[in-house]
Amino acid sequence: MNAAPSPAPGTGARPLLEVRDLRTHFVQSRGLFGGGRTVVRAVDGVSFDLWPGETLGIVGESGCGKTTLGRTILRLVEPTSGTIRFDGSDLLALEGRALRAMRRHLQIIFQDPFSSLNPRLTIGATIKEGIVVHRLAEGAEADARVRRLLEEVGLRPEYASRYPHEFSGGQRQRVGIARALAVEPRLIVCDEPVSALDVSVQAQVINLLQDLQRDRGLTYLFIAHDLSVVEHMATRVAVMYLGRIVELATARDLYRHPVMPYTQALLSAVPVPDPTRVRQRIVLAGDVPSPAAPPPGCVFHPRCHHPARDAACERIVPPLEPKGDAHVAACLKQEPTTVSWAAQQQAGATHPPQRYLPVAAIDARGLP
Amino acid sequence: MTPPAPAPLLRVENLRTYFHTPGGLARAVDGVSFSMARGETVGVVGESGCGKSVTALSLLRLVQPPGRIEEGSRIWFEGRDLMTLAPEEIRQVRGNRIAMVFQEPMTALNPVFTVGDQIAEVARVHDGASRRAAWERAIEMLSLVGIPSPRERASHYPHQLSGGMRQRVLIAMALVMNPALLIADEPTTALDVTIQAQILELLARVQAQFGTAILLITHDLGVVAEAATRVLVMYGGQVVEEAPVRTLFAAPAHPYTRGLMQAMPRVGMARERLVTIPGSVPPPTAWPTGCRFRDRCGSAFDRCAREAPTLVALDAAHAARCHLAEGAASGAPSGAASGVPSGAAPPRTARPL
Repeated sequence: MNAAPSPAPGTGARPLLEVRDLRTHFVQSRGLFGGGRTVVRAVDGVSFDLWPGETLGIVGESGCGKTTLGRTILRLVEPTSGTIRFDGSDLLALEGRALRAMRRHLQIIFQDPFSSLNPRLTIGATIKEGIVVHRLAEGAEADARVRRLLEEVGLRPEYASRYPHEFSGGQRQRVGIARALAVEPRLIVCDEPVSALDVSVQAQVINLLQDLQRDRGLTYLFIAHDLSVVEHMATRVAVMYLGRIVELATARDLYRHPVMPYTQALLSAVPVPDPTRVRQRIVLAGDVPSPAAPPPGCVFHPRCHHPARDAACERIVPPLEPKGDAHVAACLKQEPTTVSWAAQQQAGATHPPQRYLPVAAIDARGLP
Repeated sequence: MTPPAPAPLLRVENLRTYFHTPGGLARAVDGVSFSMARGETVGVVGESGCGKSVTALSLLRLVQPPGRIEEGSRIWFEGRDLMTLAPEEIRQVRGNRIAMVFQEPMTALNPVFTVGDQIAEVARVHDGASRRAAWERAIEMLSLVGIPSPRERASHYPHQLSGGMRQRVLIAMALVMNPALLIADEPTTALDVTIQAQILELLARVQAQFGTAILLITHDLGVVAEAATRVLVMYGGQVVEEAPVRTLFAAPAHPYTRGLMQAMPRVGMARERLVTIPGSVPPPTAWPTGCRFRDRCGSAFDRCAREAPTLVALDAAHAARCHLAEGAASGAPSGAASGVPSGAAPPRTARPL
């Protein structure tokens, strides 16, 4: 994989987080009686930069590796190879105390506010834990901090003495956010933070996350499967498929000019809450292949609808390369490409690259 | 849209399903009335705890204790009141005339039988088909719902199939007896968006081919906009708005419906603040007095606390449960929305329209 595919938004002197060629593979033993092992390539060569104060959305369907990516960055899961630099320092080189100290700066908000809180601790104790462990405050000062945090996330300070089961889903997610904020992190990985919530509560939490980002200058890696939520939250968006980033652009550009045929299909599949719109949709055939046996060449080729798809797509792995201003995508058949026509022909290509943007991909979302 | 049938396929009148729990009486479904024509798709939208899933279970009389469908509830289906049927008779209706597809296809399938066996069993039980005929029928159904190489897939177990495939199997199972009504409870919620698109397309095709009426229960307004012709919005165990889908999106009349629509992130308003509905859904053991939405409503006034609003007809097909809708309703033809069927006993709180 080539260097930083980072359409820099121009904020900050250097990225807060630099991820290069990250791979997280899991070895799975097959069946009860031995018989071979398979390697699941959950994250398979991911590179990106995250700039201070921005929100990078990561979208993709189940099994695309977006959750594993988030966990690998926090080192909740160890990567197989690659590098992660946080504010210039090599995260993967840290061990023991140094790693724990670094964790203060990187926090996570989980999807499920029901299982991510300890049912035996009051929420005050849960929030205070990080403050005490990282020695940010103690005693009465720590308790005062907990109360301020609860107020900041829209909960009453006196709730500190209550237990998780006394709260609704939306309130628990606010507790989860307060817990993450307690150690004053710089980067928060939000892993599907609103997908378990009802629409009315989801909007409250989205607004809260945006307010906190503005007030505290937070940087978010926002992982979600809901494309509308991601468009709303993110400054830039990366689309993942089978462990790889297949497209990365500013949110505005990605939703208006999706380049990778998979992104186009994904956008066209989003139900639009407008019954007057006549629906055109790219319905993908079949299911996502197993990350244990990704197809050769372009991982999306078996389901691709690009009119120029041909034998070269089955043989050449398309590089993640510039397709427009601050816009990278992995597709041999979308112009421009650095994979020459001669090289494509050598791999059996019969259709030269052409720019393809079906109306379904954009019309469906009602963009001008 | 389906032409108006002389008698509706389904007419639910004042359905009340209460759960008698130690924590108090939970009025999960509390006076729901609506009707459905043959071949129609009606969407039921609402958030957790609004009573939409309990409504679905009640139609099949699948509510388990401590839940109970209360006296006075009526479920007219194909000319019979399902509430009066003996257990054996209601079993004949389930699967035969009304079938259901659930949200989580893995838990709805039996992991130790092949999918072919499970579909074939429906044909054997309800149709008395022979083993061989039932198996052939299973393969035919798998092919109908778009499963590639159905003969081979029939002998696979549920865990060998993807989520989308399992949901297709469940739909195949539901359609074996060609039911008149298919109840789909969040059928695409557990699925990825591209697979959701496939399943919605399948449901539309099935409906066109067999004229099956579909009651589509979902929290997703996008799914409703695409799949339903008419919509019921539920809140607090009641229908708070009923309208043809285009009317609902063009002119939502209930503050809750408007709130839901504004709370959704939408195209073109990226990174603007979302309009939210304050608070959360109250527990069904403690609905507020008067209007159940008033605590969260920006338009509430003193009357909302004193008096529970009724479903007010705005026109022949559009009704909303809101005091503020009454002004707009004056001059509207009476007889009104199908939720208040003419000739049926009026709901307890009915006022002259």
